[in-house]
Amino acid sequence: MMTAVFVLFILFLYGPMISILVLSFQGPDGGLTFPMRGFSTFWFESLFDGVGVIDIWSAFGRSIRLGLVVMVLTVVLSLMAGLAFRKKFMMAGALFYATVSSLIVPSIVISLGVALEFRILDDMIKAFGDSQQITWIIEDFRTTMGLFSSGLGAQLTWTLPFGLLIMFAVFNRFDPSYEEAARDLGAGPWKTFTEAVLPIIAPSLIGVALFGFTLSYDELARSSQAIGGLNTLPLELRGLTTTVTDPTIYALGTLTTGISFTVIGLALLLYFILRRRTVAHRSA
Amino acid sequence: MLVIGLFFVLPLLLVVMVSFWDYNSYSIIPDFIFTNYEDIFYGCIRGLPDLCTAFATYLSTIKFVFITWLVTLIVGFLVALFLAFCVRSLPMQVALFLLCTIPFWTSNVIRMISWIPLLGRNGLVNTGLMDVGLIQSPFEWLLYSEFAVIVAFVHLYTLFMVVPIFNSMMRIDRSLLEAAYDAGASTWQTLANVVIPLCRPGIIIGSIFVVTIVMGDFITIGVMGGQQIASVGKIINVEMQYLQFPAAAANAVILIFTTLMIIFGMTRIVDVRKEL
Repeated sequence: MMTAVFVLFILFLYGPMISILVLSFQGPDGGLTFPMRGFSTFWFESLFDGVGVIDIWSAFGRSIRLGLVVMVLTVVLSLMAGLAFRKKFMMAGALFYATVSSLIVPSIVISLGVALEFRILDDMIKAFGDSQQITWIIEDFRTTMGLFSSGLGAQLTWTLPFGLLIMFAVFNRFDPSYEEAARDLGAGPWKTFTEAVLPIIAPSLIGVALFGFTLSYDELARSSQAIGGLNTLPLELRGLTTTVTDPTIYALGTLTTGISFTVIGLALLLYFILRRRTVAHRSA
Repeated sequence: MLVIGLFFVLPLLLVVMVSFWDYNSYSIIPDFIFTNYEDIFYGCIRGLPDLCTAFATYLSTIKFVFITWLVTLIVGFLVALFLAFCVRSLPMQVALFLLCTIPFWTSNVIRMISWIPLLGRNGLVNTGLMDVGLIQSPFEWLLYSEFAVIVAFVHLYTLFMVVPIFNSMMRIDRSLLEAAYDAGASTWQTLANVVIPLCRPGIIIGSIFVVTIVMGDFITIGVMGGQQIASVGKIINVEMQYLQFPAAAANAVILIFTTLMIIFGMTRIVDVRKEL
């Protein structure tokens, strides 16, 4: 009985995704639903020609770039936080709860808050420019909101808690005797970190990086109000759901899903290579 | 640390602060007034027993939360139960668990639109039912409806239930189950008296995730409801598009408050049960 439940659940999870994968290869005369009318890459070609007024490819580029920046920042900040939390420090508890509660505050509220923050900042800069008669602020200044300011911040509130939780799990299991051994062998603090700690936790850092990139790449609710004038791919996609009525949107879906999976595949590969090396080192 | 302060704590404080500000059609004005809150509940008390827009919207959002919570809890619990107790070997557990998480790695919008070929007017479900002869004309309520919204919620967020419940199930000492069996407990009794109480933390964490996500949602309800169904998140979204930031902020404060109340209530209910 339980097996049947599980199989049904898997079907429920995968069925719709497989159907759009298949339908994205719909023939030129086919529509949004089955049956398939021939098999072609027609809709992929129409995707490459562009969809309506929206520039899918620059949205796609923005998503990738933002994803990479979020990824790097998430890894660096989670690692630093993970290291800091190994020792007790003031406000450690408060900081931990603030980070984790960022996961459960409704995304639209965070998005609104970040948007407000930057709006008020804009107003302050404009007021400052007016009072000091700084011409470039009066004439050229538009907004501080954008992909790499407010958009980046909003996405970090989503990726950092995940990164921090992973780092906690890692350092809970970390054996400090490796560090002591490095110190006994005469390594300084930096060398201990780069040559003993870092190689051991490297596979987990790949995990954090993977979370950072994919969560950012697919993020929608938090960025929605805070991204500024130029949208990321998921935001454009949401707009397309109301305007596009042919399988191009499925082709786009297949494509972005393919990219997500490629990234995950690469990360997993790197993870296993690093792990094997660590294990080999330990047994050597 | 600074990042969390700058992009999480400060924005939240600003939301609370701005909810008391005044605004006109093009700018927001620092002030301390309750107009924004009064506007939301305008005519709510006088209009009773008819529900005003605010009450109706909250009620409809809470209805979605409750149904989604119930379905994801049941499905998530069963799936976790299967993974934790019915699958014997660890590699198999890991493999099946990964199988459940893979769809999580694609965009939510993609997972929403992937229901169109199934639930649409000429979708697989309708054509299938018509071919079998069960119905003469296609069901109109399958897509762009409350039903579709709930299907999408369950599809998107059951995983948030499965992971924490599975995690707490894996920590249950297997000898407890044997002890229950030896003491003559039936499968149901073991489930009700041993497994469920020990899964409590997992169930609560999963529930908190699902409730907060659905409470603030405006994207799934927008896409799957064909932009026809109201929700609290959607009100905030629309108000922001009209640059009525203080009004949106007041709604956001009420939203956070309601969400916290629900979470608080849930933890209380479960606690009480434990004490009985």
